[in-house]
Amino acid sequence: MSPEPRPARRVPLARHDTARRVTVTSPRTAAARRPRFPATREIDEQTHLGEVYMRSLLRTQFRLALFVCTVLGCVVCGLPLLFLAIPELREVDLLGIPFPWAVLAGLIYPAFVVGAWLYVRQAERNERHFADLVERP
Amino acid sequence: MSLIAVVVVVVAAVLIGAFGIRFSRTTSDFYVASRSVSPLWNASAIGGEYLSAASFLGVAGLILSYGADMLWLPVGWTGGYLVLLVLVSAPLRRSGAYTLPDFAEARLESMTVRRTASVLVVLIGWLYLMPQFQSAGLVLRTVTGAPVWVGGLLVAVVVAVNVLSGGMRSITFVQAFQYWLKLTALAVPLVFLLMAWHTDGRPAVSVADAVTWQVPLAGGKEYGLYSTYSLILATFLGTMGLPHVLVRFYTNPDGRAARRTTLVVLSLLGAFYLLPALYGWLGRMYAPDLVRTDAVVLTLPGRMIGGTLGDVLTALVTAGAFAAFLSTSSGLTVSVAGVIAQDLLKGGVRSFRAATLMAVAVPLVLALWARALPVADVVGLAFAVAASSFCPLLVLGIWWRRLSTTGALAGLFVGGGLASAAVLATITGGPYDGIAGALLAQPAAWTVPIAFAVMVSVSFLTPHRVPAGVARTMVRLHTPEDLDLDRGDWRPRSA
Repeated sequence: MSPEPRPARRVPLARHDTARRVTVTSPRTAAARRPRFPATREIDEQTHLGEVYMRSLLRTQFRLALFVCTVLGCVVCGLPLLFLAIPELREVDLLGIPFPWAVLAGLIYPAFVVGAWLYVRQAERNERHFADLVERP
Repeated sequence: MSLIAVVVVVVAAVLIGAFGIRFSRTTSDFYVASRSVSPLWNASAIGGEYLSAASFLGVAGLILSYGADMLWLPVGWTGGYLVLLVLVSAPLRRSGAYTLPDFAEARLESMTVRRTASVLVVLIGWLYLMPQFQSAGLVLRTVTGAPVWVGGLLVAVVVAVNVLSGGMRSITFVQAFQYWLKLTALAVPLVFLLMAWHTDGRPAVSVADAVTWQVPLAGGKEYGLYSTYSLILATFLGTMGLPHVLVRFYTNPDGRAARRTTLVVLSLLGAFYLLPALYGWLGRMYAPDLVRTDAVVLTLPGRMIGGTLGDVLTALVTAGAFAAFLSTSSGLTVSVAGVIAQDLLKGGVRSFRAATLMAVAVPLVLALWARALPVADVVGLAFAVAASSFCPLLVLGIWWRRLSTTGALAGLFVGGGLASAAVLATITGGPYDGIAGALLAQPAAWTVPIAFAVMVSVSFLTPHRVPAGVARTMVRLHTPEDLDLDRGDWRPRSA
């Protein structure tokens, strides 16, 4: 449930002098859009802009989590089907160990750790991006 | 010699508990520790508390009995931490919640949801404690011939004394030590066992086993594919809902450290779970008569090596097994007793004492009277209940703003209720035949989707019951701590 709609914080200035033509030599768009308050205050006051910031953080982190879970789900749920669909695979030996045992009793554990490490790296990167975004002066 | 090992472990636990009282008041220890404990120590402590009798004895026993399909059990118990890492760990730490009921209250701003969560924590805790006591009886019978109830009673009393004196579990260092003790107690004998296997001419499993036992989904078990998937779902999603795991996350200084700790936990558990499969595999060749007994880890050193060395190694695994019972049971008892005292009794020291006795006595009686199911199976049922109640609560609570109080409550009741009913039916009357038996023995595959569906659909129907402070809670859960933001002023009442 989103809070009651509020008037946008920064209404564009009334352009009563649009009639006069000006040659734009240097479009200072960055300067024009610079917010008067840091984004952390937008979040604290739960303005629409603050909501947008929070939603973007949540969406990024959730997409990352969903991606990891999907890969994990495909591997984990795929393996029983794989063993069922290709019975020959069950008898294949990997370094003298039957393939299902080599995977389930060995290789899957380092794979978990690598996946977790990659996730942690990306999640921290996302948080740094968010911090840069909202703390930008 | 094994008896000496048991005595040493028990006496050590009691002494540490007795001395621990001087420098540990549960919460302040966590509070102080939160500034100084590195992810490795913290992760070792989580591992020490998590690796129970089911991991130490049960997995090898089930692999010996049922073969390759059971390899999924340790895979799920480890992989559960990967799911916990990506969906729950950092937001949970940032919530500041100390227990699962705390989280329920913080997120949903409702005492009713809090109390429902408390009841479920107690149920899951009891279900998890029961097999610990059962296996303690089994271990003591294997090494001394004592009746089965003696070991369970011994562990229950030691744990109760320990928890009442306020020591042991609260000391992160002790739990961390338990992990390394368990790893050593399983790894060192295994080295000697593999050497014995090597000098024996490296035999392989029998021809009959090579085409059935060693092969996943090779028939024999009815509804094998359903059971495998249900087991996977319960273990991967149930880990995040275990009461004694969550408390440890509070020891991390911030959400970022919570993630890193979980990463280390994954590595430690992965290292540990390489071992039980080898015990099961060796046991199939050297002790095939131990099918359905959970005793293979304890028996194998004596059978394959024998002599004094065999005795020493047996003593070592016995010590490891008792360490497993004591650490897991203590952690669970503290969590369960804390919740009973805080939410179901009046609170305070007196309630905590009464709650500790309740927390230990009920599963002990269950362990003595219920039929002896394989320990890892009963623990698997505890995971199924956790996966069908707390998993939806945590995942939806953390990621979905529109979760309403009514929706959460309905999901907890329906998911937790259905899973508990299936568990009760299995423990008291099972195993049943046919499809009903498979559905009841491994309920997660149907109870988890139902719980999620109920929580989501009821939330859609009751949009006016979405907590008022959800936006602030989301800021608290998801933003890094070093940002200067208003995160609300909620504090857990049990801390």
